[in-house]
Amino acid sequence: MQPNLGQTQPAGAPPVGRSRETSLKPRPVLEARGLVKTYGHVTALDGTDFELREGEILAVIGDNGAGKSTLIKALSGALIPDKGEIFLDGKPVHFRSPHEARQHGIETVYQDLAVAPAMTITENLFLGREIFRPGFLGRFFRLLDKKKMLEEAVRHMQSLKIGLRSMSQAVEDLSGGQRQGVAVARSAAFARHVVIMDEPTAALGVKEGNMVLELIRRVRERGLPVIIISHNMPHVFEIADRIHIQRLGKRAAVVNPHKISMSDTVAIMTGAMEPKDIPPEALAH
Amino acid sequence: MRKSVLLALALAALGTLLLSLGSAQNKQPIIGLITKTESNPFFVKMKEGAQQAATRLGAKLLSGAGKTDGDNAGQVAALENMVAAGAQTILITPSDSKAIVPAIQKARAAGVMVIALDSPTEPASAVDALFATNNYQAGVLIGQYAKAAMAGKPVKIATLDLFPGQPVGIARHNGFLAGFGVAGITDKTAQQATAPQVVCSQDTFGDQAKGQTAMENCLQKDPGINLVYTINEPAAAGAYQALKAAGKEKDVLIVSVDGGCAGVRNVKAGIIGATSQQYPLKMAELGVEAGVNYAKTGKKVSGYTDTGVTLITDKALPGVNSKDTAFGLANCWGQ
Amino acid sequence: MSEQPSVKTKNLLGRLPSLTVLGPFVALILAIIFFSVQSDRFLSGPNFSLILQQVMVVGVLAIGQTLVILTGGIDLSVGFVMALGTMVMTKFAVELGLPPLLAVLCGVAVTTAFGLLNGLLITRIKLPPFIVTLGTMNIAFALTQIYSKAQTVTGLPDLLLFWGNTFKLGGTVITYGVVLMIVLYLLVWFVLSETAPGRHLYAVGNNPEAARLMGIPTRRVLLLTYTIAGFFYGIAGWLLVSRTSVGDPNAGQTENLETITAVVLGGTSLFGGRGMVLGTLLGAIIVGVFRNGLTLTGVSSVYQVLITGILVILAVTADQLSKRRG
Repeated sequence: MQPNLGQTQPAGAPPVGRSRETSLKPRPVLEARGLVKTYGHVTALDGTDFELREGEILAVIGDNGAGKSTLIKALSGALIPDKGEIFLDGKPVHFRSPHEARQHGIETVYQDLAVAPAMTITENLFLGREIFRPGFLGRFFRLLDKKKMLEEAVRHMQSLKIGLRSMSQAVEDLSGGQRQGVAVARSAAFARHVVIMDEPTAALGVKEGNMVLELIRRVRERGLPVIIISHNMPHVFEIADRIHIQRLGKRAAVVNPHKISMSDTVAIMTGAMEPKDIPPEALAH
Repeated sequence: MRKSVLLALALAALGTLLLSLGSAQNKQPIIGLITKTESNPFFVKMKEGAQQAATRLGAKLLSGAGKTDGDNAGQVAALENMVAAGAQTILITPSDSKAIVPAIQKARAAGVMVIALDSPTEPASAVDALFATNNYQAGVLIGQYAKAAMAGKPVKIATLDLFPGQPVGIARHNGFLAGFGVAGITDKTAQQATAPQVVCSQDTFGDQAKGQTAMENCLQKDPGINLVYTINEPAAAGAYQALKAAGKEKDVLIVSVDGGCAGVRNVKAGIIGATSQQYPLKMAELGVEAGVNYAKTGKKVSGYTDTGVTLITDKALPGVNSKDTAFGLANCWGQ
Repeated sequence: MSEQPSVKTKNLLGRLPSLTVLGPFVALILAIIFFSVQSDRFLSGPNFSLILQQVMVVGVLAIGQTLVILTGGIDLSVGFVMALGTMVMTKFAVELGLPPLLAVLCGVAVTTAFGLLNGLLITRIKLPPFIVTLGTMNIAFALTQIYSKAQTVTGLPDLLLFWGNTFKLGGTVITYGVVLMIVLYLLVWFVLSETAPGRHLYAVGNNPEAARLMGIPTRRVLLLTYTIAGFFYGIAGWLLVSRTSVGDPNAGQTENLETITAVVLGGTSLFGGRGMVLGTLLGAIIVGVFRNGLTLTGVSSVYQVLITGILVILAVTADQLSKRRG
């Protein structure tokens, strides 16, 4: 699978000739309806809906037990929901493994980054998706084209404006923020439709956390919509275009961070405030 | 607990007690044999001899061993199990002459007669008796032979030993040097002795491949080595390999100890010049006889009984008593 | 995301070869210098050829052990499986009268099957490698003793002794087996560093969860690793037979620790994911050099054991220190 280097179509631009009505609402890239998942007596997802639009950064927030991680696992192929449907670019999909989701162009940046610390940045970037030498050597012996992988690695980092002197450094020698950068770059390089990030700034200090937020913005600029799961409200409010609030196994509301306060959002998340009490201009359905 | 269950258990216990008393009257002597390992042909022969003697004398033989040479814990466990199974006499070839002593003392305190075979314990008085090869004497015989064979030529000796601190290894090594004529060595000498003619001494663990490596390195140190003492016949076979690779097999005399059938065949083939043959079967036989005697009369044996060692060579020399390989093959152990 | 100044200095230190790579090499050079001074019979072609011969069996065994340790596992069954292979090889050729090549293939097949067994127990039943190989080590040992009836096999056909043949290079006699050992090391080194399966092996050892998430078939990688290790134990068995000219049922009893020593001395981490297979070759040679050198200088065997122990501690310490620096 060859990594892409950005789409040619800028996100969100309405095609010429459509009526003004339908061009107001951007297309959903990833959509889910009525997802249900139970574990014995515990209902993790109780008919959850989900919608990710083109070119946006969507934050998914929710208290523990709200079904946040179960939702993300279903979307990324890590588990199969009992009921409900998932649509990618309008077509129904049924992922049976993370591998299948990846093949459909959905990449995930895991909370613990899933990198091999002793291996180099280049090796981690292409882990499991190495570029082989052309011809017989590559196909049969699976001989690596190290020069090409290095070139591509440099290009990816530059396109995301991540400054790293040498791609041959071991990932464990990098700072926390740089390591996150490598994991984000890997997802952005191979994703074709969606990038999911699980707690991207959780383990980082203030300065590095801000650097990662900047990086996420650049991923969006490349035309890839991003789903972010986060507990960090200030970061969520700084970066998200919309916020999906998960509560009690359902989508409680989707709000516009520019039109609602952080405390109200937290209140909806914890149940202190009812979704019906949200002023209409704050909603972002 | 319900009364009926309690009653049944009490009756069962009483019944078992009566039965065991009954069987105690019917006293088939039970003798235990614990060897260092199960697999070494030396001990296989010992076990064979013990079984033959037991069958002949109407005794029951229990057998056990450690897993490897040096496995003391395995021997301790076997000792304890045999005492619990009612053995009145236990024969043991100790893997670790010091570490086995506490377990032996416990057994003797319970009235069991313990006889060491082949290797002594430290202290020797820890057991009732020792039936063994005089390993020092085994060394002396091949030392005397080597002296006669080298007949006044200047010698450079390599000794391929067992491993540090092992009494059997020290006894054979020292015996060899004493028999060869090095002064100041007796069977009481506790350390491995040295001599000016010995240009190289290395450990082999009694293993053929390690014997080969040791010989190669010794030859590298001094290519003029013309006499090699080896702790046992596998080490000798390894030494021969090294000499052959260096083209020196015809110029160097190898002597060894053990008298296993494979080793005697090597003497016959000219690979080993002479070997001291020892008799594990005899050790076991004497041990079982002593055990049966103790069970029947309550009389223990004591002290050290030399089970004999014979010099085996096809190239007999004047002044040195020896027997040929035909005798050796008729009396050897192993296959 | 801009470059931080601390990364620059890290890079400067990082340009120096790490202590774990440099360490064994320096130790070897120092040992060679020391022994050359102590004995004038040390520094010679024939003596070095001898050392390589003495090292070649453990050397090839240690290739398998290195692969296993790189995945974060360990193999205690090393020497005992090899011994079983040699008994099969020699007895099939001498007693069953099989064509020598077929006998050799049977021996190697048996050791490879044991490797496969180790791999299956570890990947399917999910037992820890230490426990599994402890069990298979005992099974292999018992099978060897039972099958051989503790008898050494002699009178072997020429093909079984093939690797003991020699040729002359300059004034020095070189054994075929030594050449095979070096070729195998170079081959394995190449596969580990230049092919995807090789890099996957490192990834599985370094972070198995990450490897799995990235779509690497971790169970298959582990299964293959143990099976291939078993294959190398069979080849080492053939080398042992060539060197000693016998099938010895008591062989292989100390090799599991000797291979681990070589791997550790060569700078590979026992935790997996780090190390170079060529380091293991250096580690094995270091042990051989000390054994040979100490004999030449007349030092008792027990000091060889002492020095090996000290070297192992130094090697592991150097590994830890180099990690803390980075």
